[in-house]
Amino acid sequence: MIKFLIYLAIILAVFAIGYLVRVFELASILKGDSPHKVTDKDNKFMSKIMMLFLVVFFVFAIWNLKTYGPLLLPDSASVHGAELDWLFNFNMIILFVVFVITHIALFYFAYKYYGRKENTATYFSHSNKLEMIWTIIPAIILAVIIILGLKVWNNITAPASKDAIVLQLYSKQFDWTARYAGKDNELGASNYKLITDENALGMDSTDTKGKDDIIVRNEFHIPVNKEIEFKLNAREVIHSAYLPHFKAQMNCVPGMTTMMHFTPTITTAEMRKKPYVINLMKGINALREKKGEKPEEFNYILLCNKICGNSHYNMQMTVVVESETDYNEWLKSKKTYFKN
Amino acid sequence: MENHDQQAQSNHGHLEEHHHEESFVTKYIFSQDHKMISRQFLITAVIMAFIAMVMSFMFRLQLAWPGEKFWILNFLLGDKWAPDGVLEPGMYMQLVTIHGTIMVFMVLTGGLSGTFSNLLIPYQIGARDMASGFLNMLSYWFFFLSSAFMLAGFFVETGAASGGWTVYPPLSALPQAMDGSKLGMTLWLVSMSLFIISALLGGLNYIVTVLNLRTKGMTMTRLPLTIWAFLLTAVLGVLSFPVLFSAALLLIFDRSFGTSFYLSDIYIGGQALEQTGGSPILYEHLFWFLGHPEVYIIILPALGITSEIIAVNSRKPIFGYRAMIGSILAIAFLSFIVWGHHMFITGMNPFLGSVFVFTTLLIAIPSGVKAFNYITTLWKGNIQYTPAMLFSIALVSTFISGGLTGIILADSALDIPLHDTQFVTAHFHIVMGVSAILGMLAGVYHWFPKLFLRHMNKKLGYIHFWGTFISAYGVFFPMHFLGLAGLPRRYYSFTAFPMFDNLVDINIFITTFAMLAAFVQIIFMFNFIYSIFRGPKSEQNPWNSNTLEWTTPMENTHGNWPGKLPVVHRWPYDYSKPGKAHDFVPQTIPLEEGEVDGGGH
Repeated sequence: MIKFLIYLAIILAVFAIGYLVRVFELASILKGDSPHKVTDKDNKFMSKIMMLFLVVFFVFAIWNLKTYGPLLLPDSASVHGAELDWLFNFNMIILFVVFVITHIALFYFAYKYYGRKENTATYFSHSNKLEMIWTIIPAIILAVIIILGLKVWNNITAPASKDAIVLQLYSKQFDWTARYAGKDNELGASNYKLITDENALGMDSTDTKGKDDIIVRNEFHIPVNKEIEFKLNAREVIHSAYLPHFKAQMNCVPGMTTMMHFTPTITTAEMRKKPYVINLMKGINALREKKGEKPEEFNYILLCNKICGNSHYNMQMTVVVESETDYNEWLKSKKTYFKN
Repeated sequence: MENHDQQAQSNHGHLEEHHHEESFVTKYIFSQDHKMISRQFLITAVIMAFIAMVMSFMFRLQLAWPGEKFWILNFLLGDKWAPDGVLEPGMYMQLVTIHGTIMVFMVLTGGLSGTFSNLLIPYQIGARDMASGFLNMLSYWFFFLSSAFMLAGFFVETGAASGGWTVYPPLSALPQAMDGSKLGMTLWLVSMSLFIISALLGGLNYIVTVLNLRTKGMTMTRLPLTIWAFLLTAVLGVLSFPVLFSAALLLIFDRSFGTSFYLSDIYIGGQALEQTGGSPILYEHLFWFLGHPEVYIIILPALGITSEIIAVNSRKPIFGYRAMIGSILAIAFLSFIVWGHHMFITGMNPFLGSVFVFTTLLIAIPSGVKAFNYITTLWKGNIQYTPAMLFSIALVSTFISGGLTGIILADSALDIPLHDTQFVTAHFHIVMGVSAILGMLAGVYHWFPKLFLRHMNKKLGYIHFWGTFISAYGVFFPMHFLGLAGLPRRYYSFTAFPMFDNLVDINIFITTFAMLAAFVQIIFMFNFIYSIFRGPKSEQNPWNSNTLEWTTPMENTHGNWPGKLPVVHRWPYDYSKPGKAHDFVPQTIPLEEGEVDGGGH
């Protein structure tokens, strides 16, 4: 019944608006205006709003930067992350300049050259010189962007050094498991056909390399200033290992092993002491208090960033970066998967 | 051409005799007339766009106020998918998936090309109709069926497809992986197969018509830029849609017949599957081989429409006509060799990634040329602010701002931390979603007199425009910051992560503007429907345009021109040419002695 009344109300409202528009149209015709023909008055009015829009748009952009800028991620906590931060800022400055120049030109012309009965447009159909300018200059700028970008890309994707700590991240609906390669720094073999409730990673007990492998859940630790090489696997669908604070991400694909590596540079404890992070957490905890939730400390995080099912939005693991001694201590407290 | 003209003439005479015998069915339903088919495409697309918009409204509510109760959600979705007015995660996934699919394929491919290629190709090249009216009719009805199948997913028990609009396997291949991969996914694949047939039938028709049915004097360099854009769009579609079809076919095999094209080493639902040797990456390659040309299939027609509207309403020739054609050709060619930039972090060879960085950033050059040429066309113009013109200028703005963030994402190194975050959502919505919608709306306002012989209300048009433009930036500009803060896309909620708690304000801001955007679209819907029936009747050439569509009488006749087909003597952009009585010279007016054609190109 209520649904029916709502429908009825909507239909009646539409008809009411229809008649209202009709009245306005007739009124404007009486005043000598046309409901569809554009007049010089319209042109002038619209051109002014165009200019106003430009100003408001720039103010809006700056307001966004000021208000939302302090909510962004802190400085990257990895070696290549710092390079990426620099590259991003460099590109952003170029793009912002282009954005401002083109928008000023676009909206200023839209403002200045509004149509007037007595005016005639200038017949200007092409200019090879101008077109060369805006082909060649962007080409040069893009060449710089490409060269700098590929340099960083090549650094990031170069093979990991031999003494990097090997760590497997295993993803399944909807959680992560980390496996340390142990003393030999080599992961034992695994096979999806060996997966059982107990042996969630399908580890092969006949492979001696796997004897010292250590499996952890919910939280994994890595030492600061040491290169970590991640080997990524997925059980059933594609997942993506995303570590936003380290500017690292790689998909986990069933049937193959993908890889990424990075060197963390800031420990969790150090990060918590940074003024930017203290401020960030203050804001977050104030909001949490309002909602009646307990305050949180800053943590690095691993999350899934490839749609993987209905609970995709809640698939996380905490990452702790600490000094090498603390890391070794922590690792020692963990038992190997296979009892020797 | 002469021969065809005679044929069409006699054909036309024949039709005139039986004009009144046309039944309701052949005139309004199974019509083979390009104008009627164009209207069918447009109205279907407007309805689909409205549905997709309501979907986005529903998931935006959840994103801004996660877990809160909204009676409207329960009202629209029922107790199963929104108990007590709280959106279910499964429904959220369905909504984002089908919203994306409808907008990309039904609205901005079928709706945009279907409406304007059908309307304008015969009109602007001086043809009596499409090369094959029958195939054209089939194209619409396949599109209609496809749209119906796409929506049907919401009416099956396990719900619609919900693996994202890209439907990557294994998620989409394994019914055990999520409810959305059950019957809903089958319906998605059926719908998409029908859609591909529709796109191919339409595309082939457009290409053949443009190449063969141009009237006398209409050389390729006298074609309006709209036609160039539609032609290249059709070429892109014909070359790339079959690849999507093969991707879908292999997916159907994997789902139903136990093959392993995309599947390997999978353990799900307590059992290890037999399939080995396949690769999900193969699907990604096949998908994006269509997927990237697809975004140009979406944006090129919008740019073509803009080129025409900006020239007409600036009362100036489009600046750099030949450079514009060159850019369209360059974009079309390059769009085939950039698909890998969607896959930088899938485990694809990093060197291959570098190649795709290079080709992708090359596309920025012709795109930039187009943007600069639009701006220069405004310079020293005599701008007539029709609603269509406003939408076109706005398109130039969003095409630039969205294109610029594309440079960031095309840079493989910078893509690593931004891939699949809300930054990407913001980028592609502005550059392709909003831009193409603005272009489509511009086209609707501009050619409404040709579509329905009447005018839309200009004041409502102004309100619609400013509401749309402001809220488009209001929604998508702040969304970049969500991505820069590390927020992934396609998350039902992010309350599980304390680090995202402080982003809720941005989400509320975005949803507020999304609601404004939705509200002004209701104004548009109203203006649209009202004007079809009650709008003021249009005169023959309301915008003082040069192109041929405005030389036909203001009535719907078969064959478009009652007498002989018009003969073309000049390019379409002689606006404000010095020494002329009016500020426009239609293409049918012969050149004076010593007069240079083509703006001196």
